[in-house]
Amino acid sequence: MAKEAPVLEAIDQTAPASHSSGPGVVYEWLTTVDHKKIGIMYIVYALIFLVLAGAQALLMRIQLAVPNNHFVTPQVFNRLFTMHGSTMVFFVGIPILFGFGNYLIPLMIGARDMAFPRLNAFSFWISAFGGILLYLSYFAGSGLYGAGSAPDVGWFAYAPLTAKVFSPGHSTDYWTLSILMSGIGTTGTAINIVATVICMRCKGMTMTRMPLLVWLLLVTSCMVFVAVSPLTAAQIMLTLDRYLGSHFFDTQAGGSAVLWMHFFWIFGHPEVYILVLPAFAFINEIVPVFSRKAIFGYSAMVAASVGIGFISLSVWAHHMFTVGMGPAGNTFFVFATMVVSVPTGIKMFNWLATIWGGRVRFRTPMMFAIGFLFQFLMAGLTGIMLSAAPFDWQLSASYFVVAHFHYVLVGGILFALFAAFYYWYPKITGRMMSETLGKWHFWLFIIGFHLTFDFMHIPGLLGMPRRIYTYEAGRGWEYWNLIVGIGAMVQAIGTLIFVYNLVHSYFRGKIAGPDPWDAWTLEWSTASPPPSYNFAVEPNVGSRRPLWDLKHPEDPDSSYE
Amino acid sequence: MMQTPVTVPVSVNSEAPWVLPNRGIVGMWCLIAAEAAIFLIFVVAYIYYLGKSLTGPLPAQILELPIVGTICLLSSSLTVHEAVSALRKGKVQRCTVALAVTVLLGAAFLWTTAAEWHHLIYEEGFTIRTNLFGTTYYSLVGLHASHVVVGLIFLTVTFLFSVSGRLGEMHAERLEVLSLYWHFVDAVWVVVFLVVYVLGR
Repeated sequence: MAKEAPVLEAIDQTAPASHSSGPGVVYEWLTTVDHKKIGIMYIVYALIFLVLAGAQALLMRIQLAVPNNHFVTPQVFNRLFTMHGSTMVFFVGIPILFGFGNYLIPLMIGARDMAFPRLNAFSFWISAFGGILLYLSYFAGSGLYGAGSAPDVGWFAYAPLTAKVFSPGHSTDYWTLSILMSGIGTTGTAINIVATVICMRCKGMTMTRMPLLVWLLLVTSCMVFVAVSPLTAAQIMLTLDRYLGSHFFDTQAGGSAVLWMHFFWIFGHPEVYILVLPAFAFINEIVPVFSRKAIFGYSAMVAASVGIGFISLSVWAHHMFTVGMGPAGNTFFVFATMVVSVPTGIKMFNWLATIWGGRVRFRTPMMFAIGFLFQFLMAGLTGIMLSAAPFDWQLSASYFVVAHFHYVLVGGILFALFAAFYYWYPKITGRMMSETLGKWHFWLFIIGFHLTFDFMHIPGLLGMPRRIYTYEAGRGWEYWNLIVGIGAMVQAIGTLIFVYNLVHSYFRGKIAGPDPWDAWTLEWSTASPPPSYNFAVEPNVGSRRPLWDLKHPEDPDSSYE
Repeated sequence: MMQTPVTVPVSVNSEAPWVLPNRGIVGMWCLIAAEAAIFLIFVVAYIYYLGKSLTGPLPAQILELPIVGTICLLSSSLTVHEAVSALRKGKVQRCTVALAVTVLLGAAFLWTTAAEWHHLIYEEGFTIRTNLFGTTYYSLVGLHASHVVVGLIFLTVTFLFSVSGRLGEMHAERLEVLSLYWHFVDAVWVVVFLVVYVLGR
C-alpha cells in the first residue's frame, strides 16, 4: 500500500485530460472516435435503457401483484414484456458490456486506441439508432396512449406469430429492424475488439500476460461472430417473409416455425454467455485486487473461458425440449448443457481460491462481486435442474424459468456490472463513488433481489405460466406475486440510489487519483481520467501484473512467470 | 528521473523484436467469420427446405448450370491475387490491368446471374413467393450477389485510384485485405454452386 509514489511520478502530468466547454462539447462527443468517449457513450446509453426497461418491469410487477388486476390492458402487457426483454438483452446488456470493453481494453493492453476507431464510432451509432428505432415504435400507429406500435411478439418472436397475417401493421418490423441494426453494431465492435487484442498490444504484453478481462472479451467477441450472425440471417429472412412474401417461416406454404426457433436459439443461448463472460471478466479483475492476491489459476481461467465459448455453441436446443426433438436430440442437448457447468465450476473454484487466505477489503465493488459469486452459483444450480429434459417438460415456460434466467441476468450479470461501476468509476471520471451510498445500494438491492427472484421460483413450481396478463385468486400464486412485486420496488429504490450516486459523485466525489485501489493492471498507471492518448510513453510490460512490478521492484512478478 | 509507468524490470524475451499481425488482415478474417455464419444459416435453410415445396416448379425443372459465370468469378480470384502480388513488387501498371480484369470478370458474373433471374422471373414466372424453393433460392443467390456487388464497388474504387496514379507499393497490404474479401466471395460461390446447382438438382 505504501508504494503509490512510482505510479504518480510516472504519469505525464503535463497533459491532464482536458474538457472543452460550450456547444463544442456536443460536437466533440458526436464526432468522437476516441475509444474512451465511445465507451462512456455506450455505458450512458445502456443506463438510460436500463432505467426504461426497469420501469417496464415495475409496471408488469404492479399488474401481477394482485389477482384479477387491470392496471394495464392485455395488449399493453404483451408490449411491456416484449420491450422489456428485447431492450435488456440488445440495448442494455450488449452495449454496457461493450462499453466497458471499449473503455478498458486499450488501456489494459497498453494501446492508444482500438484497432479501428472509426468503425468503433460507426458500431456505436448504428446500435444507438437501433435502440432509438425500437422506442420510436411507441409513437407510431395509435400513439403512446395505446402504447403505439410497440412490438408485442415476445423477445424471441416465435413464428408464425410474426407473420404478416398474425402481426399486421409495423410493430414487428420495428422489432426486426432494430435488432438487425443492433446486430450489425455488435458484430462491428466484436471485429474491432479481436483486431485490437491481437494487433495493438504494447511491448511485452504477450497473450499469456494479458489481463483476464481482455481474454474474456476476446472470447466473447469471437462468439459474437458465430452467434449474432445467425440472428442477423434470421432477421433478414423474417423481413423477406414480411415484405416480399417469401415463405421461410410461413407454415401455410410448408415453411417451418421450428426452424425459426433453431435459428433464434443458435443465437439466443450463446448470447447468454456473450453477456455473462464480460461479467466474469469484471469479477476476474475485482476479486484479486480486493483480496490482495494474484488470480488463482490464470491459465485454467483462460482455458475455461475458451471452453465455455465452444460448448455454449452446442446447447441451444435446450430451449426447445418441449418441441419434441426425439430422444437422440434431447440426450445430446441435455448432455451438452450439463457439460457447460464444468468450465463454469472451474471458474467458481478459482475465484474462491483467490479469496481464500487473502486480506479481503470489503469495499462496495467487492461486496457486489461476492453477491455475484453466490447468486451465480444458485442460478447455475437451477440451470442444471432445467437442463434435465423431463424436468424441463414440466416447468418450461413457467415462472421457474423466468426466475432462473433473471437469477443469471440480475443476480449474476447485473451484480458484476454494479461491481464494475464502483471499481472503474474513479478511473473514468477521476472521482470516487460514495461508499455510504454504495453500501445502501448494495444492501437494498440484494434484499430486493432475493425477495423478487427467490420467491419467483415458487409460483413457477406451482404452475404459473410466464407471460400471462393476470390470474384468478385461489391458486396459491397471489402472495408469492405480491412479495415479488414488493422486492421489485426495493430493487428500484436501490437502483435510484445508484443513479443518484453516479450523478452526485461526478460533481462531489472524492478525487480519486490514478490508482485508488492499489491495483495491478495498466489502466491504473495513467491519470484518472486518462488523457486522450492514454499513455505518454508506450508501456513495456514483463508480467501479468505490471503495476505490481513497478511498485515492488525488489520482488517483481516477472521473475516468477 | 522521470520514470515511465511501466518501464519495469523486464524479462529477456520481451526485449525481442515486437511484431504483431496486421490489423486489417485480422479484421477482415473476423468479418469473414461473421459473414460465413450468415451464409451458413441461409445454406442450412436451403438444404432443410429441399424437396419440401408444396407446389412446383422444382430446381431440376428450371435451373441450368451457370458454367460461364462460375468460370468468370473463379478466375477473378486469380487476377485479384495477381494485382496484389504486382503491387507488392511495385509494378503499379500491372496491378491496374489485373484490377481492371477482375472488375470485368466480376461484372460478367453478375450479368449471368441477372440474366438467369430475368429468365426465371419473366419467362418462367418463378419468384420468391412461388414456393419454398423460390424463397430459399432467391435469398441465397441474392445474398451472394449482393456481396459481389459490394466487392465490385470496392474493386472499382481501387481501380480508379490506381488509374489516377494514387496507388503505390505502400498500399499492398490494404489491397490484400480487399483481395481476402474477394476470395471469400468466390469461396462462398463454390458452396452456393454445389448446394443450389449440384445437390439441389
